[in-house]
Amino acid sequence: MADAPKCLYTELCGVGMNTPVIGASGTYGFGYEYENIVDMAWVGAVSGKGLTLEGKEGNEGERLFETPSGLINSIGLQNPGVRHFIEHELPAMRALGPAVMANLGGSTVETYEEGARLLDAADVDFIELNISCPNVKAGGIAYGVKAESAREVVSRVRKCTKKPLIVKLSPNAENITEMALACEEAGADGLSLVNTFQAMAIDIEKRRPVFDNVFAGLSGPAIRPIALRMVYQVCKAVKVPVVGLGGIATAEDALAFLMAGAAAVQVGTANFANPRACEDIARGMAAWMDAHGVKSLAEIRGAALV
Amino acid sequence: MHAQNFEARVLKNEPRAADVWLLEVALPEEAALPKAGQFYMLRAWGQDEAPLLSRPISVFACQRERRSVGFLYQVRGRGTAQLAKLAAGDALRLTGPAGNGFVLEGDTAVLVGGGIGTAPLFQLARELREAGVVVDAILGYRDEPYCVEAFEKVCRKVSVATDTGRVGHKGFVTDLLTPGAYDTVYICGPEVMMEKAAKMALAAGVRVYVSKEAKMACGIGACLGCRCKAKNGGVSVCKDGPVFEGSVFYG
Repeated sequence: MADAPKCLYTELCGVGMNTPVIGASGTYGFGYEYENIVDMAWVGAVSGKGLTLEGKEGNEGERLFETPSGLINSIGLQNPGVRHFIEHELPAMRALGPAVMANLGGSTVETYEEGARLLDAADVDFIELNISCPNVKAGGIAYGVKAESAREVVSRVRKCTKKPLIVKLSPNAENITEMALACEEAGADGLSLVNTFQAMAIDIEKRRPVFDNVFAGLSGPAIRPIALRMVYQVCKAVKVPVVGLGGIATAEDALAFLMAGAAAVQVGTANFANPRACEDIARGMAAWMDAHGVKSLAEIRGAALV
Repeated sequence: MHAQNFEARVLKNEPRAADVWLLEVALPEEAALPKAGQFYMLRAWGQDEAPLLSRPISVFACQRERRSVGFLYQVRGRGTAQLAKLAAGDALRLTGPAGNGFVLEGDTAVLVGGGIGTAPLFQLARELREAGVVVDAILGYRDEPYCVEAFEKVCRKVSVATDTGRVGHKGFVTDLLTPGAYDTVYICGPEVMMEKAAKMALAAGVRVYVSKEAKMACGIGACLGCRCKAKNGGVSVCKDGPVFEGSVFYG
Protein backbone atom coordinates (compact mmCIF):
# COMPACT_ATOMS: atom_id res chain seq x y z
CA MET A 1 0.00 0.00 0.00
CA ALA A 2 2.67 2.48 -1.01
CA ASP A 3 1.47 6.01 -1.57
CA ALA A 4 1.20 7.27 -5.11
CA PRO A 5 4.25 9.34 -6.14
CA LYS A 6 4.14 13.11 -5.72
CA CYS A 7 4.37 13.63 -9.48
CA LEU A 8 0.72 12.57 -9.77
CA TYR A 9 -0.54 14.98 -7.11
CA THR A 10 -3.41 16.98 -8.51
CA GLU A 11 -5.42 19.88 -7.22
CA LEU A 12 -8.90 20.08 -8.67
CA CYS A 13 -11.00 23.10 -7.75
CA GLY A 14 -8.88 23.51 -4.61
CA VAL A 15 -9.23 19.89 -3.51
CA GLY A 16 -6.00 17.90 -3.27
CA MET A 17 -5.98 14.42 -4.81
CA ASN A 18 -3.23 11.78 -4.77
CA THR A 19 -3.63 11.19 -8.49
CA PRO A 20 -5.66 12.71 -11.32
CA VAL A 21 -7.55 9.44 -11.83
CA ILE A 22 -11.20 9.42 -10.77
CA GLY A 23 -13.62 6.50 -10.83
CA ALA A 24 -16.47 7.64 -13.07
CA SER A 25 -20.04 7.89 -11.88
CA GLY A 26 -22.21 4.89 -12.64
CA THR A 27 -19.30 2.48 -12.98
CA TYR A 28 -17.71 2.69 -9.57
CA GLY A 29 -20.62 2.20 -7.22
CA PHE A 30 -19.76 4.25 -4.14
CA GLY A 31 -16.17 3.10 -4.34
CA TYR A 32 -16.18 0.49 -1.60
CA GLU A 33 -17.25 -2.25 -4.04
CA TYR A 34 -13.66 -2.02 -5.33
CA GLU A 35 -11.86 -1.82 -2.01
CA ASN A 36 -10.37 -5.33 -2.11
CA ILE A 37 -9.46 -4.95 -5.78
CA VAL A 38 -7.89 -1.53 -6.08
CA ASP A 39 -5.25 0.15 -3.92
CA MET A 40 -7.22 3.32 -3.26
CA ALA A 41 -4.01 5.29 -2.65
CA TRP A 42 -3.80 5.48 -6.47
CA VAL A 43 -7.34 6.74 -6.94
CA GLY A 44 -7.70 10.51 -6.77
CA ALA A 45 -11.44 10.58 -6.25
CA VAL A 46 -14.53 8.49 -6.64
CA SER A 47 -17.56 9.93 -8.36
CA GLY A 48 -20.44 7.98 -6.84
CA LYS A 49 -23.48 6.57 -8.53
CA GLY A 50 -25.68 9.37 -9.87
CA LEU A 51 -28.07 10.58 -7.16
CA THR A 52 -31.47 12.15 -7.36
CA LEU A 53 -33.32 13.87 -4.52
CA GLU A 54 -35.65 10.90 -4.11
CA GLY A 55 -34.42 7.36 -4.78
CA LYS A 56 -35.12 5.74 -8.14
CA GLU A 57 -35.70 2.13 -9.17
CA GLY A 58 -34.11 2.66 -12.56
CA ASN A 59 -35.22 1.37 -15.93
CA GLU A 60 -37.09 -1.82 -16.76
CA GLY A 61 -35.96 -4.30 -19.38
CA GLU A 62 -32.48 -4.74 -20.78
CA ARG A 63 -29.84 -2.53 -19.25
CA LEU A 64 -26.63 -3.59 -20.98
CA PHE A 65 -25.62 -4.24 -24.58
CA GLU A 66 -22.07 -4.81 -25.80
CA THR A 67 -20.90 -3.24 -29.04
CA PRO A 68 -17.51 -3.29 -30.77
CA SER A 69 -15.25 -1.55 -28.23
CA GLY A 70 -18.22 -0.19 -26.37
CA LEU A 71 -21.12 -0.71 -24.04
CA ILE A 72 -24.62 0.71 -24.30
CA ASN A 73 -26.35 1.10 -20.95
CA SER A 74 -29.81 1.97 -19.83
CA ILE A 75 -29.56 1.83 -16.05
CA GLY A 76 -31.84 4.79 -15.58
CA LEU A 77 -30.21 6.44 -12.57
CA GLN A 78 -31.14 3.73 -10.10
CA ASN A 79 -30.04 5.18 -6.77
CA PRO A 80 -31.03 5.33 -3.11
CA GLY A 81 -31.69 9.09 -3.05
CA VAL A 82 -29.57 11.94 -1.67
CA ARG A 83 -30.64 11.59 1.97
CA HIS A 84 -30.09 7.84 2.04
CA PHE A 85 -26.69 8.32 0.42
CA ILE A 86 -25.60 10.86 3.02
CA GLU A 87 -26.71 8.68 5.91
CA HIS A 88 -25.80 5.19 4.69
CA GLU A 89 -23.31 5.13 1.81
CA LEU A 90 -21.25 8.29 2.32
CA PRO A 91 -19.49 7.28 5.57
CA ALA A 92 -17.99 4.13 3.97
CA MET A 93 -17.21 6.03 0.77
CA ARG A 94 -15.41 8.71 2.79
CA ALA A 95 -13.46 6.10 4.75
CA LEU A 96 -11.91 4.72 1.55
CA GLY A 97 -9.48 7.61 1.23
CA PRO A 98 -10.01 9.14 -2.23
CA ALA A 99 -11.79 12.49 -2.50
CA VAL A 100 -15.57 12.15 -2.61
CA MET A 101 -17.48 13.44 -5.60
CA ALA A 102 -21.26 13.31 -5.27
CA ASN A 103 -22.94 13.09 -8.65
CA LEU A 104 -26.32 14.81 -8.64
CA GLY A 105 -29.06 14.55 -11.25
CA GLY A 106 -32.55 15.98 -11.19
CA SER A 107 -35.83 16.26 -13.01
CA THR A 108 -36.61 19.88 -12.19
CA VAL A 109 -34.53 22.87 -11.15
CA GLU A 110 -36.11 22.60 -7.70
CA THR A 111 -35.01 18.99 -7.17
CA TYR A 112 -31.48 19.91 -8.25
CA GLU A 113 -31.50 22.80 -5.78
CA GLU A 114 -32.77 20.73 -2.88
CA GLY A 115 -30.29 17.95 -3.64
CA ALA A 116 -27.44 20.45 -3.79
CA ARG A 117 -28.46 22.04 -0.45
CA LEU A 118 -28.40 18.63 1.24
CA LEU A 119 -25.02 17.73 -0.27
CA ASP A 120 -23.65 21.16 0.63
CA ALA A 121 -24.16 20.27 4.29
CA ALA A 122 -22.65 16.79 3.85
CA ASP A 123 -19.07 15.54 3.96
CA VAL A 124 -18.44 15.52 0.21
CA ASP A 125 -15.54 17.24 -1.57
CA PHE A 126 -17.23 18.00 -4.88
CA ILE A 127 -20.70 18.11 -6.34
CA GLU A 128 -20.74 16.85 -9.90
CA LEU A 129 -23.89 18.18 -11.47
CA ASN A 130 -25.21 15.67 -13.95
CA ILE A 131 -27.05 17.44 -16.72
CA SER A 132 -26.25 14.69 -19.12
CA CYS A 133 -27.79 11.32 -18.26
CA PRO A 134 -29.50 10.30 -21.49
CA ASN A 135 -31.50 7.48 -19.95
CA VAL A 136 -34.16 9.23 -17.93
CA LYS A 137 -35.87 12.58 -18.11
CA ALA A 138 -34.95 12.98 -14.47
CA GLY A 139 -31.29 12.59 -15.39
CA GLY A 140 -31.18 16.13 -16.55
CA ILE A 141 -30.50 15.58 -20.23
CA ALA A 142 -33.27 18.14 -20.75
CA TYR A 143 -30.73 20.63 -19.37
CA GLY A 144 -27.76 19.15 -21.16
CA VAL A 145 -28.64 19.82 -24.78
CA LYS A 146 -29.37 23.53 -24.89
CA ALA A 147 -26.83 25.91 -23.41
CA GLU A 148 -29.49 28.31 -22.10
CA SER A 149 -31.24 25.57 -20.11
CA ALA A 150 -27.90 24.54 -18.62
CA ARG A 151 -27.12 28.14 -17.69
CA GLU A 152 -30.39 28.36 -15.77
CA VAL A 153 -29.93 25.18 -13.72
CA VAL A 154 -26.24 25.77 -13.02
CA SER A 155 -26.76 29.33 -11.83
CA ARG A 156 -29.62 28.23 -9.55
CA VAL A 157 -27.64 25.34 -8.09
CA ARG A 158 -24.60 27.59 -7.67
CA LYS A 159 -26.59 29.63 -5.17
CA CYS A 160 -27.28 26.48 -3.11
CA THR A 161 -23.72 25.36 -2.48
CA LYS A 162 -20.25 26.59 -1.67
CA LYS A 163 -18.75 23.21 -2.52
CA PRO A 164 -16.71 22.90 -5.69
CA LEU A 165 -19.34 22.51 -8.41
CA ILE A 166 -18.35 20.47 -11.45
CA VAL A 167 -20.87 20.28 -14.27
CA LYS A 168 -20.87 17.02 -16.23
CA LEU A 169 -21.59 17.70 -19.88
CA SER A 170 -23.28 15.58 -22.48
CA PRO A 171 -21.70 15.00 -25.88
CA ASN A 172 -25.27 15.29 -27.14
CA ALA A 173 -25.17 19.04 -26.46
CA GLU A 174 -26.03 21.12 -29.51
CA ASN A 175 -22.67 22.84 -29.30
CA ILE A 176 -20.22 21.56 -26.70
CA THR A 177 -18.15 24.77 -26.54
CA GLU A 178 -21.17 27.04 -26.09
CA MET A 179 -22.48 24.63 -23.48
CA ALA A 180 -19.18 24.72 -21.60
CA LEU A 181 -18.99 28.51 -21.69
CA ALA A 182 -22.58 28.86 -20.49
CA CYS A 183 -21.87 26.60 -17.49
CA GLU A 184 -18.67 28.45 -16.69
CA GLU A 185 -20.43 31.80 -16.81
CA ALA A 186 -23.21 30.40 -14.61
CA GLY A 187 -20.70 29.67 -11.86
CA ALA A 188 -19.35 26.17 -12.45
CA ASP A 189 -15.98 25.65 -10.76
CA GLY A 190 -15.11 22.91 -13.23
CA LEU A 191 -16.51 20.80 -16.04
CA SER A 192 -16.40 17.08 -16.69
CA LEU A 193 -16.99 15.60 -20.12
CA VAL A 194 -18.18 13.55 -21.81
CA ASN A 195 -21.11 11.50 -20.56
CA THR A 196 -22.45 8.77 -22.86
CA PHE A 197 -23.49 9.25 -26.47
CA GLN A 198 -27.09 8.59 -27.30
CA ALA A 199 -27.22 5.29 -29.13
CA MET A 200 -29.45 2.32 -29.77
CA ALA A 201 -29.52 -1.38 -30.55
CA ILE A 202 -32.14 -3.55 -32.25
CA ASP A 203 -32.92 -7.18 -31.52
CA ILE A 204 -33.42 -8.53 -35.03
CA GLU A 205 -35.14 -11.71 -33.83
CA LYS A 206 -37.75 -9.74 -31.92
CA ARG A 207 -37.67 -6.93 -34.51
CA ARG A 208 -37.75 -4.48 -31.61
CA PRO A 209 -35.34 -2.06 -29.96
CA VAL A 210 -33.25 -3.80 -27.30
CA PHE A 211 -33.96 -1.12 -24.70
CA ASP A 212 -37.42 -0.26 -23.37
CA ASN A 213 -36.47 3.42 -23.70
CA VAL A 214 -35.37 2.78 -27.31
CA PHE A 215 -32.30 5.02 -26.92
CA ALA A 216 -29.53 4.47 -24.39
CA GLY A 217 -25.98 5.69 -23.69
CA LEU A 218 -22.84 4.45 -25.43
CA SER A 219 -19.53 4.46 -23.55
CA GLY A 220 -16.16 2.74 -23.82
CA PRO A 221 -13.19 2.97 -26.18
CA ALA A 222 -15.55 3.40 -29.14
CA ILE A 223 -16.25 7.00 -28.08
CA ARG A 224 -12.72 7.94 -27.00
CA PRO A 225 -11.51 9.88 -30.05
CA ILE A 226 -14.70 11.94 -30.13
CA ALA A 227 -14.53 12.55 -26.40
CA LEU A 228 -10.91 13.64 -26.74
CA ARG A 229 -11.84 16.10 -29.49
CA MET A 230 -14.59 17.59 -27.33
CA VAL A 231 -12.33 17.86 -24.27
CA TYR A 232 -9.72 19.59 -26.43
CA GLN A 233 -12.28 22.05 -27.77
CA VAL A 234 -13.64 22.84 -24.32
CA CYS A 235 -10.17 23.21 -22.79
CA LYS A 236 -9.35 25.79 -25.44
CA ALA A 237 -12.51 27.73 -24.64
CA VAL A 238 -12.82 27.81 -20.84
CA LYS A 239 -10.66 28.86 -17.89
CA VAL A 240 -12.09 26.49 -15.27
CA PRO A 241 -10.50 23.03 -14.90
CA VAL A 242 -11.82 20.27 -17.10
CA VAL A 243 -12.09 16.61 -16.14
CA GLY A 244 -11.80 14.49 -19.26
CA LEU A 245 -13.56 11.19 -19.73
CA GLY A 246 -14.87 8.94 -22.45
CA GLY A 247 -13.38 5.52 -23.11
CA ILE A 248 -10.15 6.02 -21.17
CA ALA A 249 -8.70 2.55 -20.56
CA THR A 250 -4.91 2.97 -20.34
CA ALA A 251 -2.29 5.37 -19.00
CA GLU A 252 -1.61 6.46 -22.59
CA ASP A 253 -5.27 7.39 -23.03
CA ALA A 254 -5.23 9.35 -19.78
CA LEU A 255 -2.04 11.20 -20.76
CA ALA A 256 -3.61 12.16 -24.09
CA PHE A 257 -6.57 13.74 -22.29
CA LEU A 258 -4.20 15.66 -19.99
CA MET A 259 -2.24 16.86 -23.00
CA ALA A 260 -5.55 18.03 -24.49
CA GLY A 261 -5.79 20.25 -21.41
CA ALA A 262 -7.69 18.15 -18.89
CA ALA A 263 -6.82 18.70 -15.23
CA ALA A 264 -7.86 15.17 -14.33
CA VAL A 265 -9.54 12.18 -15.89
CA GLN A 266 -12.36 9.83 -15.07
CA VAL A 267 -12.31 6.13 -15.85
CA GLY A 268 -15.62 4.41 -16.38
CA THR A 269 -16.34 1.48 -18.66
CA ALA A 270 -12.71 0.32 -18.47
CA ASN A 271 -13.41 -0.74 -14.87
CA PHE A 272 -15.63 -3.50 -16.26
CA ALA A 273 -12.90 -4.91 -18.51
CA ASN A 274 -10.32 -4.47 -15.77
CA PRO A 275 -11.59 -3.69 -12.28
CA ARG A 276 -8.08 -2.46 -11.40
CA ALA A 277 -8.14 0.04 -14.26
CA CYS A 278 -7.95 3.19 -12.11
CA GLU A 279 -4.89 1.97 -10.22
CA ASP A 280 -3.25 0.54 -13.35
CA ILE A 281 -3.75 3.81 -15.21
CA ALA A 282 -2.31 5.91 -12.38
CA ARG A 283 0.68 3.57 -12.04
CA GLY A 284 1.20 3.64 -15.79
CA MET A 285 1.13 7.43 -15.82
CA ALA A 286 3.76 7.59 -13.08
CA ALA A 287 5.95 5.13 -14.99
CA TRP A 288 5.61 7.14 -18.20
CA MET A 289 6.45 10.38 -16.38
CA ASP A 290 9.45 8.77 -14.76
CA ALA A 291 10.70 7.40 -18.11
CA HIS A 292 10.27 10.82 -19.72
CA GLY A 293 11.74 12.87 -16.90
CA VAL A 294 8.44 14.62 -16.24
CA LYS A 295 8.27 15.82 -12.64
CA SER A 296 4.72 17.13 -12.46
CA LEU A 297 1.52 16.93 -14.41
CA ALA A 298 1.71 20.69 -15.01
CA GLU A 299 4.56 20.01 -17.43
CA ILE A 300 2.34 18.03 -19.76
CA ARG A 301 -1.11 19.44 -19.12
CA GLY A 302 -2.33 21.14 -22.28
CA ALA A 303 0.94 20.35 -24.05
CA ALA A 304 -0.90 19.27 -27.20
CA LEU A 305 -3.08 22.36 -27.47
CA VAL A 306 -2.24 24.02 -30.77
CA MET B 1 -16.21 -9.70 2.02
CA HIS B 2 -15.75 -7.78 -1.21
CA ALA B 3 -14.54 -9.53 -4.35
CA GLN B 4 -10.87 -9.75 -5.24
CA ASN B 5 -9.26 -9.54 -8.68
CA PHE B 6 -6.35 -11.82 -9.49
CA GLU B 7 -4.65 -13.94 -12.10
CA ALA B 8 -5.27 -17.68 -11.97
CA ARG B 9 -3.69 -20.60 -13.83
CA VAL B 10 -5.60 -23.19 -15.77
CA LEU B 11 -5.16 -26.72 -14.41
CA LYS B 12 -7.38 -28.29 -17.04
CA ASN B 13 -10.11 -27.38 -19.48
CA GLU B 14 -11.99 -30.29 -20.98
CA PRO B 15 -15.24 -30.87 -22.88
CA ARG B 16 -17.97 -32.67 -20.93
CA ALA B 17 -20.64 -32.66 -23.66
CA ALA B 18 -21.29 -30.82 -26.92
CA ASP B 19 -20.49 -27.16 -26.14
CA VAL B 20 -20.13 -27.83 -22.39
CA TRP B 21 -16.68 -27.56 -20.82
CA LEU B 22 -15.20 -27.99 -17.38
CA LEU B 23 -12.46 -25.49 -16.54
CA GLU B 24 -10.42 -25.97 -13.40
CA VAL B 25 -8.16 -23.17 -12.19
CA ALA B 26 -5.66 -22.88 -9.35
CA LEU B 27 -6.35 -20.01 -6.97
CA PRO B 28 -3.35 -17.94 -5.92
CA GLU B 29 -2.34 -17.89 -2.26
CA GLU B 30 -4.10 -14.64 -1.42
CA ALA B 31 -7.45 -15.52 -2.99
CA ALA B 32 -10.40 -16.35 -0.75
CA LEU B 33 -12.14 -19.67 -1.28
CA PRO B 34 -15.68 -19.50 -2.67
CA LYS B 35 -18.79 -21.19 -1.37
CA ALA B 36 -21.58 -22.86 -3.31
CA GLY B 37 -23.70 -20.45 -5.32
CA GLN B 38 -21.02 -17.78 -5.63
CA PHE B 39 -19.53 -16.87 -8.98
CA TYR B 40 -16.55 -15.18 -10.60
CA MET B 41 -16.17 -12.79 -13.51
CA LEU B 42 -13.84 -14.62 -15.90
CA ARG B 43 -11.62 -12.99 -18.48
CA ALA B 44 -9.33 -15.05 -20.69
CA TRP B 45 -8.63 -12.20 -23.07
CA GLY B 46 -6.96 -8.81 -22.85
CA GLN B 47 -8.62 -5.79 -21.32
CA ASP B 48 -8.56 -4.13 -24.76
CA GLU B 49 -9.89 -7.19 -26.56
CA ALA B 50 -13.45 -8.14 -27.39
CA PRO B 51 -15.76 -8.90 -25.81
CA LEU B 52 -15.60 -5.80 -23.65
CA LEU B 53 -17.18 -7.41 -20.59
CA SER B 54 -15.88 -10.34 -18.58
CA ARG B 55 -18.20 -13.31 -18.17
CA PRO B 56 -19.95 -14.33 -14.94
CA ILE B 57 -19.62 -18.09 -14.34
CA SER B 58 -20.75 -19.89 -11.19
CA VAL B 59 -18.63 -22.22 -9.11
CA PHE B 60 -19.19 -25.86 -10.09
CA ALA B 61 -16.73 -27.25 -7.58
CA CYS B 62 -14.18 -25.98 -5.09
CA GLN B 63 -11.36 -28.31 -4.02
CA ARG B 64 -10.28 -26.63 -0.81
CA GLU B 65 -7.13 -28.70 -0.25
CA ARG B 66 -5.93 -28.13 -3.82
CA ARG B 67 -7.14 -24.50 -3.70
CA SER B 68 -8.75 -24.99 -7.09
CA VAL B 69 -12.10 -23.92 -8.49
CA GLY B 70 -14.01 -25.66 -11.27
CA PHE B 71 -16.32 -23.87 -13.69
CA LEU B 72 -18.77 -25.83 -15.82
CA TYR B 73 -19.82 -23.59 -18.70
CA GLN B 74 -21.64 -23.73 -21.97
CA VAL B 75 -20.16 -22.11 -25.06
CA ARG B 76 -22.85 -19.63 -26.04
CA GLY B 77 -21.07 -16.62 -27.48
CA ARG B 78 -17.72 -14.96 -27.98
CA GLY B 79 -16.71 -14.84 -24.33
CA THR B 80 -17.34 -18.48 -23.56
CA ALA B 81 -15.78 -19.45 -26.93
CA GLN B 82 -12.59 -17.76 -25.72
CA LEU B 83 -12.76 -19.70 -22.45
CA ALA B 84 -12.98 -22.95 -24.41
CA LYS B 85 -9.62 -22.16 -26.03
CA LEU B 86 -7.79 -22.17 -22.69
CA ALA B 87 -5.21 -24.90 -22.10
CA ALA B 88 -3.45 -26.11 -18.95
CA GLY B 89 -0.91 -23.54 -17.82
CA ASP B 90 -2.69 -20.57 -19.44
CA ALA B 91 -3.52 -17.55 -17.32
CA LEU B 92 -6.86 -15.83 -16.94
CA ARG B 93 -8.18 -13.11 -14.68
CA LEU B 94 -10.86 -13.69 -12.11
CA THR B 95 -12.92 -11.26 -10.07
CA GLY B 96 -14.61 -12.84 -7.11
CA PRO B 97 -15.84 -14.73 -5.28
CA ALA B 98 -18.93 -12.64 -5.95
CA GLY B 99 -22.52 -12.94 -4.85
CA ASN B 100 -24.14 -14.35 -1.75
CA GLY B 101 -24.13 -18.12 -2.25
CA PHE B 102 -26.64 -20.71 -1.08
CA VAL B 103 -28.00 -20.97 2.45
CA LEU B 104 -27.56 -24.53 3.75
CA GLU B 105 -30.56 -25.67 5.77
CA GLY B 106 -32.87 -28.52 6.62
CA ASP B 107 -32.22 -32.25 6.97
CA THR B 108 -33.30 -33.21 3.47
CA ALA B 109 -32.97 -31.29 0.22
CA VAL B 110 -33.67 -31.76 -3.45
CA LEU B 111 -31.68 -30.00 -6.16
CA VAL B 112 -33.50 -29.20 -9.38
CA GLY B 113 -31.23 -28.25 -12.26
CA GLY B 114 -31.80 -27.55 -15.92
CA GLY B 115 -28.98 -27.66 -18.47
CA ILE B 116 -26.00 -25.55 -17.55
CA GLY B 117 -28.01 -24.44 -14.51
CA THR B 118 -26.96 -27.74 -12.94
CA ALA B 119 -23.46 -26.27 -12.50
CA PRO B 120 -23.79 -24.40 -9.17
CA LEU B 121 -25.83 -27.27 -7.72
CA PHE B 122 -22.85 -29.63 -7.64
CA GLN B 123 -20.81 -27.63 -5.14
CA LEU B 124 -24.06 -27.12 -3.25
CA ALA B 125 -24.61 -30.90 -3.11
CA ARG B 126 -21.15 -31.33 -1.64
CA GLU B 127 -21.59 -28.64 0.98
CA LEU B 128 -25.04 -29.90 1.95
CA ARG B 129 -23.67 -33.41 2.36
CA GLU B 130 -20.80 -32.10 4.49
CA ALA B 131 -23.42 -30.38 6.63
CA GLY B 132 -25.21 -33.71 7.11
CA VAL B 133 -28.13 -33.00 4.78
CA VAL B 134 -29.51 -35.87 2.69
CA VAL B 135 -29.55 -34.68 -0.91
CA ASP B 136 -31.42 -35.87 -4.00
CA ALA B 137 -30.96 -34.31 -7.43
CA ILE B 138 -33.22 -34.01 -10.45
CA LEU B 139 -31.19 -32.98 -13.45
CA GLY B 140 -32.70 -31.98 -16.77
CA TYR B 141 -30.97 -31.71 -20.14
CA ARG B 142 -32.08 -31.08 -23.67
CA ASP B 143 -30.45 -34.23 -25.04
CA GLU B 144 -27.04 -35.19 -23.69
CA PRO B 145 -26.54 -35.30 -19.90
CA TYR B 146 -23.21 -34.28 -18.35
CA CYS B 147 -21.55 -34.58 -14.96
CA VAL B 148 -24.33 -36.82 -13.69
CA GLU B 149 -21.76 -39.22 -12.23
CA ALA B 150 -20.34 -36.38 -10.14
CA PHE B 151 -23.76 -35.81 -8.56
CA GLU B 152 -24.18 -39.56 -8.06
CA LYS B 153 -21.12 -39.58 -5.82
CA VAL B 154 -22.59 -37.10 -3.34
CA CYS B 155 -26.34 -37.51 -3.67
CA ARG B 156 -28.61 -40.22 -2.28
CA LYS B 157 -30.56 -40.39 -5.53
CA VAL B 158 -30.09 -38.72 -8.92
CA SER B 159 -32.88 -38.61 -11.51
CA VAL B 160 -32.36 -37.46 -15.06
CA ALA B 161 -34.86 -36.00 -17.50
CA THR B 162 -34.17 -35.14 -21.13
CA ASP B 163 -36.30 -33.32 -23.67
CA THR B 164 -35.47 -35.92 -26.30
CA GLY B 165 -35.78 -38.98 -24.08
CA ARG B 166 -32.19 -39.96 -24.82
CA VAL B 167 -31.51 -40.65 -21.16
CA GLY B 168 -33.92 -41.03 -18.24
CA HIS B 169 -37.38 -39.55 -18.15
CA LYS B 170 -38.57 -37.98 -21.43
CA GLY B 171 -39.98 -34.68 -20.31
CA PHE B 172 -39.46 -32.02 -17.64
CA VAL B 173 -37.62 -32.13 -14.32
CA THR B 174 -40.80 -30.86 -12.72
CA ASP B 175 -42.51 -34.14 -13.74
CA LEU B 176 -40.15 -35.85 -11.28
CA LEU B 177 -40.35 -33.29 -8.46
CA THR B 178 -42.21 -34.05 -5.23
CA PRO B 179 -41.23 -31.02 -3.17
CA GLY B 180 -43.25 -32.04 -0.12
CA ALA B 181 -40.81 -34.90 0.51
CA TYR B 182 -38.01 -32.44 1.41
CA ASP B 183 -37.21 -29.63 3.80
CA THR B 184 -35.61 -27.46 1.11
CA VAL B 185 -35.68 -27.19 -2.69
CA TYR B 186 -32.79 -25.57 -4.55
CA ILE B 187 -33.33 -24.63 -8.20
CA CYS B 188 -31.18 -23.35 -11.04
CA GLY B 189 -31.97 -23.48 -14.73
CA PRO B 190 -34.01 -21.85 -17.48
CA GLU B 191 -36.50 -19.26 -16.24
CA VAL B 192 -39.59 -21.27 -17.23
CA MET B 193 -38.31 -24.28 -15.31
CA MET B 194 -37.34 -22.23 -12.26
CA GLU B 195 -40.73 -20.60 -12.10
CA LYS B 196 -42.62 -23.88 -12.36
CA ALA B 197 -40.45 -25.74 -9.87
CA ALA B 198 -40.40 -22.83 -7.40
CA LYS B 199 -44.17 -22.48 -7.50
CA MET B 200 -44.58 -26.22 -6.88
CA ALA B 201 -42.29 -25.96 -3.86
CA LEU B 202 -44.00 -22.85 -2.51
CA ALA B 203 -47.42 -24.50 -2.94
CA ALA B 204 -46.12 -27.44 -0.90
CA GLY B 205 -45.00 -25.04 1.82
CA VAL B 206 -41.34 -25.96 1.36
CA ARG B 207 -38.46 -23.51 1.62
CA VAL B 208 -37.07 -22.83 -1.85
CA TYR B 209 -33.98 -21.09 -3.16
CA VAL B 210 -33.34 -20.17 -6.79
CA SER B 211 -30.09 -19.09 -8.42
CA LYS B 212 -30.58 -16.46 -11.11
CA GLU B 213 -28.62 -15.64 -14.23
CA ALA B 214 -28.21 -12.15 -15.69
CA LYS B 215 -26.00 -10.20 -18.03
CA MET B 216 -23.46 -8.36 -15.90
CA ALA B 217 -20.90 -5.63 -16.46
CA CYS B 218 -19.08 -5.36 -13.11
CA GLY B 219 -20.29 -8.41 -11.16
CA ILE B 220 -19.62 -6.61 -7.84
CA GLY B 221 -22.64 -4.38 -7.33
CA ALA B 222 -21.16 -1.22 -8.79
CA CYS B 223 -22.94 -0.75 -12.12
CA LEU B 224 -26.49 -1.95 -11.42
CA GLY B 225 -26.64 -3.47 -14.90
CA CYS B 226 -27.96 -6.84 -13.72
CA ARG B 227 -31.05 -5.61 -11.92
CA CYS B 228 -33.90 -7.99 -12.25
CA LYS B 229 -37.55 -7.47 -11.43
CA ALA B 230 -38.77 -9.15 -8.26
CA LYS B 231 -42.15 -9.11 -6.49
CA ASN B 232 -41.27 -6.06 -4.40
CA GLY B 233 -39.11 -4.02 -6.75
CA GLY B 234 -35.73 -4.58 -8.30
CA VAL B 235 -32.85 -6.69 -7.06
CA SER B 236 -29.22 -6.80 -8.20
CA VAL B 237 -28.46 -10.36 -9.27
CA CYS B 238 -24.73 -9.96 -8.60
CA LYS B 239 -24.96 -8.41 -5.15
CA ASP B 240 -28.36 -9.29 -3.66
CA GLY B 241 -28.08 -12.71 -5.36
CA PRO B 242 -27.51 -14.69 -7.42
CA VAL B 243 -29.33 -16.87 -4.88
CA PHE B 244 -32.74 -15.68 -3.73
CA GLU B 245 -35.56 -17.16 -1.75
CA GLY B 246 -38.12 -18.40 -4.27
CA SER B 247 -40.78 -16.14 -2.77
CA VAL B 248 -38.78 -13.08 -3.86
CA PHE B 249 -39.81 -13.83 -7.44
CA TYR B 250 -42.53 -16.43 -7.39
CA GLY B 251 -44.38 -15.95 -4.11
